[in-house]
Amino acid sequence: MDNSNPIKVALIGNPNTGKTSLFNQLTGLTQKVGNYPGVTVDKKQGACKLSKNQSAIITDLPGTYSINPTSVDESIVLSSLLNTTNKDYPDVIVVVADIENLKRNLFLFSQVKDLEIPVVLAINMADQMDKKGISIDVATLQKELQNEVVLISARKNIGVNQVKEAILRASKIEKGHPLCSINHKIDAEYFKQLKAVTPNHTLYELWLMITQNNFPEDITEEEKKKLLHFRQDISKLKRYQHKETIHRYQQINDILKRTYQVDRTKAKDLRGKLDKVFTHKIFGYIIFFGILLLIFQSIFDWSSTPMDFIDAQFANLSEYLKSAMNPGVLTDLITDGIIPGIGGVVIFIPQIAILFLFVSILEETGYMSRVVFLMDKIMRRYGMSGKSVIPLISGTACAIPAVMATRTITGWKERLITILVTPFTTCSARLPVYAILISLVIPNKKFLGYFSLQGFTLLCLYVLGFAVAISSAYLLHKVLKVKTTSFFVAEMPNYKLPSFKNVVFDVVEKTKAFVLGAGKIILAISIVLWFLASNGPASFKNVEQTVKAQVENTSLTDKEIQHKIASEKLKNSYIGIMGKTIEPAIEPLGYDWKIGIALISSFAAREVFVGTLATIYSVESDDENTSTIKQRMRAEINPDTGEKRFNFAVGISLLVFYAFAMQCMGTLAIVKRETKSWKWPMAQLVGMGVLAYVASFLTYLIFS
Amino acid sequence: MNTIATLLKGETGIISEESLDVIPLKLLEMGCLPGVEVALLQVAPLNDPLYICVNGSHLAIRKEMAAQIKIIKSE
Repeated sequence: MDNSNPIKVALIGNPNTGKTSLFNQLTGLTQKVGNYPGVTVDKKQGACKLSKNQSAIITDLPGTYSINPTSVDESIVLSSLLNTTNKDYPDVIVVVADIENLKRNLFLFSQVKDLEIPVVLAINMADQMDKKGISIDVATLQKELQNEVVLISARKNIGVNQVKEAILRASKIEKGHPLCSINHKIDAEYFKQLKAVTPNHTLYELWLMITQNNFPEDITEEEKKKLLHFRQDISKLKRYQHKETIHRYQQINDILKRTYQVDRTKAKDLRGKLDKVFTHKIFGYIIFFGILLLIFQSIFDWSSTPMDFIDAQFANLSEYLKSAMNPGVLTDLITDGIIPGIGGVVIFIPQIAILFLFVSILEETGYMSRVVFLMDKIMRRYGMSGKSVIPLISGTACAIPAVMATRTITGWKERLITILVTPFTTCSARLPVYAILISLVIPNKKFLGYFSLQGFTLLCLYVLGFAVAISSAYLLHKVLKVKTTSFFVAEMPNYKLPSFKNVVFDVVEKTKAFVLGAGKIILAISIVLWFLASNGPASFKNVEQTVKAQVENTSLTDKEIQHKIASEKLKNSYIGIMGKTIEPAIEPLGYDWKIGIALISSFAAREVFVGTLATIYSVESDDENTSTIKQRMRAEINPDTGEKRFNFAVGISLLVFYAFAMQCMGTLAIVKRETKSWKWPMAQLVGMGVLAYVASFLTYLIFS
Repeated sequence: MNTIATLLKGETGIISEESLDVIPLKLLEMGCLPGVEVALLQVAPLNDPLYICVNGSHLAIRKEMAAQIKIIKSE
C-alpha cells in the first residue's frame, strides 16, 4: 500500500472520554469540518501519518453511549457503520474508552466488535490509574477481548504512537471477530432465521437494521421485505434488546473480574466535594449566576479594544482605497459595499470568540453538566430541559450555533421549544444596533453615583430578551400539542482541568463556522444594498436635471444643491422606493422611510442596520467631512414636527423592535434544517414579527 | 415500595429484577441494570432531578423516571 490509498479510520467512544483529545493529537492542524449529507451534524476529519509510507484519514464520530441512537448526533454513528457501501466506511475503528468507566465503555466496544470491522481499543487517561487505585491486566484483557488494547493518555500524548501502530496491524486483518454471539442465547431459532435473510451482512448488522428501521443501500427490496417482517412484533424486539444489553454487561463483568481491579481506598473523592458546592441549593445558583456575570462582563470588557481596532482598520482601508483607486462604479462597490460588508462580520469575531472560549472551558471542565442538573426542574416549568441552558447562553453570541447545540436535548417538544425561543436572547448582532440607538437617545449620565444609564439600558435589553424567551417558552409549552416521549438522562462527568489544545481548537472551529456562514449572507446583502441604493428607475436617472431645474432661480449654494441631489437620488433609488412603500405601515411606530430601508435590509441580518444607515446617510451627504454615522443620525430632522428624528420615543421603539423581531436569515435556515420543515421557521418569522410590531407600537405610543 | 426516588441522599439500594421492563433501553445501556447497586449522591435544589451513581456511571435522571425503578434498600 502507498500514500494514495489511506486507511479510513473512525474514532468512536462515549462522551467525555477524551476522544477529541486523541483526534487532535492524531490529526493536529489537518482537521477539516464538513457536513454529513442531509443533516447539520459536523463531520470532523483529519489526516494522520501512521508510518513512513502509510497515511490514514481519521473521522471523529459524535460521542455516543451505544450504537442504538436516541439523538440526531448518535444516528450518524449508526448510519456511518451500517452503510458498507458509503465512501467513508471505515477500514478500522478505534474505540476510545475512559479507564475509570471501563465497564460502560466496553459496552459500546462490544457492539462495535460485533460489526466485525477490525477494532483497536484505546483506553484513555491511563496516567490517572495510580491516583484512582486502578490496576489492569492488559495482556489478559487482549486475550479475553480477542482484540488490540492500547493504554494511552491522549492529553499528554502518551501512547498515541502505539495507537498508530495498532491501527496499522488492525488494517491487515480481513475481518474482526464478534465478541458476544449472545444473540443466539436470547432466541436461537429467531436469530437463525434472521441470519438466513442475507449472507452479505453480519447477524448484528441485520439485528441493528430491524431494531433501528435503518436499511443500508445494498439491501435489496426483497431482503428488506423479509427484514421488515421481523418488525411486526415490536414489543418482542424491545424485549430482546433489553436481554441483549443484560447479556453484554454479564460478559463484560466476567472479563473485567479477571483483568481490572479498583482499590477504592486510594481514590480521593474530589468529585463529591466539588459537587457539594456546585449543586448546592444556594451556592450552586450564586456560582452559576456569578459565572454568567463574569462571562458577560468579559465579553464587553475584553472585546471593546479589538473591536474598535477592527472598526478603525476597515474605515482606514476604505478611505485609502477611495483615494488610491480611480473613481468609478468598481471603486464605489469595493469601498462602500464590500469592505464595510466584510468589516461588519469581522467586528463580531472578538465577542463570539470570547463567548465560545467560556462555553468551551465550562464544557471541558465538566461544570456545564452541573448547570444542566441545577436548572432542569426550573426549565421544565417552561417546557424546556436543563440541557436548554447551554443553547440559551450560546444564543447571546449567535443563535445559529445555539440552535445546533439543542441536539443534545432528547425530548422533541423540549428541543423544539428551545429552538423556537433561542432567537429572543440578545445575540451579538443586536449589539451594534443597541449601541448606536442607546448612545443616541439615552443620556450619558450616571445614576446612584456609579451606574451608567446607558449601560443599565443595555442590561435591561438583555433581561428583556431572556424574559421574552422564557415567557414565550411557557406559552408554547401550554399551546403546543406535540406527541413526545421525553426522557432525560445526563451524565455527570468527572471534573477535569480544561485542555488548552482542545479549547483553542474548539473556539477556532466554531468562530470560523460563524464567520464563513453568517459572513457570506452579510457580504451578499451589503453588495445588493449598495446596488439598490445607487441605482433606480427612470426618475432616478433624471434626478440631477430635475433638481437643477427646480433650483434655477433660488439662491442655494452649490453644496446645498449637491446635497439635495443626493437626497433626491436616494429617495428615487430602488431601495428608496421600497422604503417609501412600507412607510405607511411603520409610521405608527414612529419610523420614516429611511428607517424603513434599514428595517428591510436587516430582515436578512440585524447587524446590517448600522451599515445601512451609514450607507444611506453617506450616500446622502456625499461630502468629505468625516462626521460619524452617530452625528449624522443625531442631526436628522423629522420634517413633520421639525424635531429630531431619533427622539426618545423612536429610539426606544426601535430598540424594542430589534429585541423581538426575527431578523436573521441564517437562523431561519438553520431552524429549517434542524426541524426538517419550513413550518417552524415561518412560525418564528411571523410570530416574532407580529410581537415586535405590536410591542414597538405600544412603546412609541407610551413614550411620545 | 422502595424506588430510586424514595432513597435519601447518601443511601444505596439494589435495583430489583422486576424493573427490567420499565427501565428505558438507553438507561440500561448506561449501566443501570437489575441486580446492580445504585447510590443517591445529590438531589437538585427543587428535589428533582436526582444525581445517582450506578455501575460506575454518574447520571442525573428525573424523579418521574426514578420513581418507576424499584429497588431493595441496602441497610
